[in-house]
Amino acid sequence: MASAPSKLYADDVSLVVVLLDTNLFFWSSSSVSFSQFLSQVLAFLNAILTLNQLNQVVVIATGYNSCDYIFDSALDLNRGIENGRMPAMSSSLLQKLEKFLIKDEQLSKEEPEGRIKSSLFSGSLSMSLCYMQRVFRSGALHPHPRILCLQGSPDGPEQYVAIMNAIFSAQRSKVPIDSCYIGAQNSAFLQQASYITGGVHHKPQNLDGLFQYLMTIFATDLHSRSFIHLPKSVGVDFRASCFCHKNTIDMGYICSVCLSIFCKHQKKCSTCGSVFGQAQSEVASASDKKRKTPET
Amino acid sequence: MNNGAGKRINGGVEEDDDEDDVNGGLDAWERTYTDERSWESLQEDESGMLRPIENQALYHSQYRRRLRSLSSTAARIQKGLIRYLYIVIDLSRAASEMDFRPSRIAVIAKHVEAFIREFFYQNPLSQVGIVTIKDGVASCLTDLGGSPESHINALMKKLECSGDSSLQNALDLVDGYLNQIPSYGHREVLLLYSALSTCDPGDIMETIQKCRKSKIRCSVIGLAAEMFICKHLCQETGGTYSVALDESHFKELILEHAPPPPAIAEFAVANLIKMGFPQRAAEGSISICSCHKEAKVGAGYTCPRCKARACELPTECRVCGLTLVSSPHLARSYHHLFPIAPLDEVPSSRLNDPIRKQQRNCFGCQQNLLNSGNKVGLAVVCPKCKRYFCLDCDIYIHESLHNCPGCDSFRHSKAAAANED
Repeated sequence: MASAPSKLYADDVSLVVVLLDTNLFFWSSSSVSFSQFLSQVLAFLNAILTLNQLNQVVVIATGYNSCDYIFDSALDLNRGIENGRMPAMSSSLLQKLEKFLIKDEQLSKEEPEGRIKSSLFSGSLSMSLCYMQRVFRSGALHPHPRILCLQGSPDGPEQYVAIMNAIFSAQRSKVPIDSCYIGAQNSAFLQQASYITGGVHHKPQNLDGLFQYLMTIFATDLHSRSFIHLPKSVGVDFRASCFCHKNTIDMGYICSVCLSIFCKHQKKCSTCGSVFGQAQSEVASASDKKRKTPET
Repeated sequence: MNNGAGKRINGGVEEDDDEDDVNGGLDAWERTYTDERSWESLQEDESGMLRPIENQALYHSQYRRRLRSLSSTAARIQKGLIRYLYIVIDLSRAASEMDFRPSRIAVIAKHVEAFIREFFYQNPLSQVGIVTIKDGVASCLTDLGGSPESHINALMKKLECSGDSSLQNALDLVDGYLNQIPSYGHREVLLLYSALSTCDPGDIMETIQKCRKSKIRCSVIGLAAEMFICKHLCQETGGTYSVALDESHFKELILEHAPPPPAIAEFAVANLIKMGFPQRAAEGSISICSCHKEAKVGAGYTCPRCKARACELPTECRVCGLTLVSSPHLARSYHHLFPIAPLDEVPSSRLNDPIRKQQRNCFGCQQNLLNSGNKVGLAVVCPKCKRYFCLDCDIYIHESLHNCPGCDSFRHSKAAAANED
């Protein structure tokens, strides 16, 4: 399918909403430490704010148990007491981040082993899209918004439907989703998100130089993207996975009622219970259908 | 006014002077100036911008009423996701009337184009065809197909109106075409009817019964006045009948047909449809594409069964007939299968709760929920995660996003609610 058509941007004022991955499970096993990562990201955020006086930055932290707004450069609270060593912006961000991490850890509960430890990406994506709608409502002279995802956690298959809903809504509102994946494997969700919405996806090879990747690729505002060569995403895999085995398939069978994907011919659909080949007599009862995702 | 009195003195034929009497002879447009005084309800918000506050709450309450009527009747109602829709456009003399500016047919064409794009956006696996009625004869303008551009281009070329309109001919033609589609598809017809009469060669009641037996759901949008035959047709086949009052109302009515309607279970047989998920061809590979019949470089899709190249998705492979889609096309319809519950309004009794004071900002957009002057503004709350949202986020979540940010942002929802207390 085609990627989003590019919009013509008149000027280079941008609003960047950064979704910061603070998943404890990911950072405990990552090669680079969270403090190194954070110092590079803070330098990057400061740089964006200096590129244009009217630029805005909003940071949302994506934790394992919760998501919350950490920083908004448009609020006046940031003109706080300046530390001798740190500018006011960083200190307020770090304070809020610390509070968020403490609260996030308190929300932890016992969980069975073997679950994929993914962060709540769909939640922070939905929150950022609501914020963008508020920006669009504020009048004609609004900065051009885009979303930058700094994710390292693996994809959580239970979030598939929610993430796809958010991606289509972003495509509708013409908001590009850039993604910088800092984890080990590839993230199919982030690749699809960037391709469908017309953003940039990149997986840096060397995480020590993350600041350079951020500045050269992700700091570009939307107006300049028509002149600057950015990494193109090749080979975005849009093949589906079957509901029965979770394998990626080239050809499959789709249930005409609920659009579930199967790799082999079956007599009955396991999601909606319709029997194939004869007219259904009753709608499947509501109790059967919880908010089931394709891969439960 | 004198008009009403004048008519009575002249012994006019009309008996409907009662209305003029009741209003003191004022016309409806005059009443908006004397009685309603819309300029007085404007107020300024904190940044100095004009904001008719009552209108916003009014808009929101209308929206919620509509949502409630949709969700109460359609809690888990199955929707027909694979639709074969014929749009029947009446190009008779009546369509060139100028009561809609610039003419009825111009308004119809403009909104049908927007409708087709919205239809394919919401139903990527469905197909549309266009039929026109002119000079009493119905003819097929475009066949059932999945590409919006071909329909729109064909429509824009043929917009001349003349002659009479014939409902029976149109229904017969559409019935013939829709009988050929696969049994799992939902058959629908949308008639955009401007005329006030129909010239039929036979018994139209028989045709309506035939459509009903073929399980075709016919809906009509009238542009002139309500007609019994259209109402009867819609009632018999299970469709909806509405008459447009003006251009914006027409746009609203036609776009209501874009999301999938509730499906009647016996109408479509459940079936497994074989589909292919092609991968993008390698950059720099050269092949002859099957749609344009010329050599193209890279950037196409390879059919998994016969390896022919297609330019865009979704489409049907021209060589082997396999339907080619990508997983986002299927994912676009998932929100119909997993809808979110409407958010509840915060009752005024709870407005001064301590919990309410803690959540001063809308959870989605962080906008201040308190009005200026510390009066508590309107808010909605999600019944599952107990987060507060502003009215605009409520509308956005239900119309476009289909996710509750609060429910998605907390892994253990009961813990989140308990934490706030």
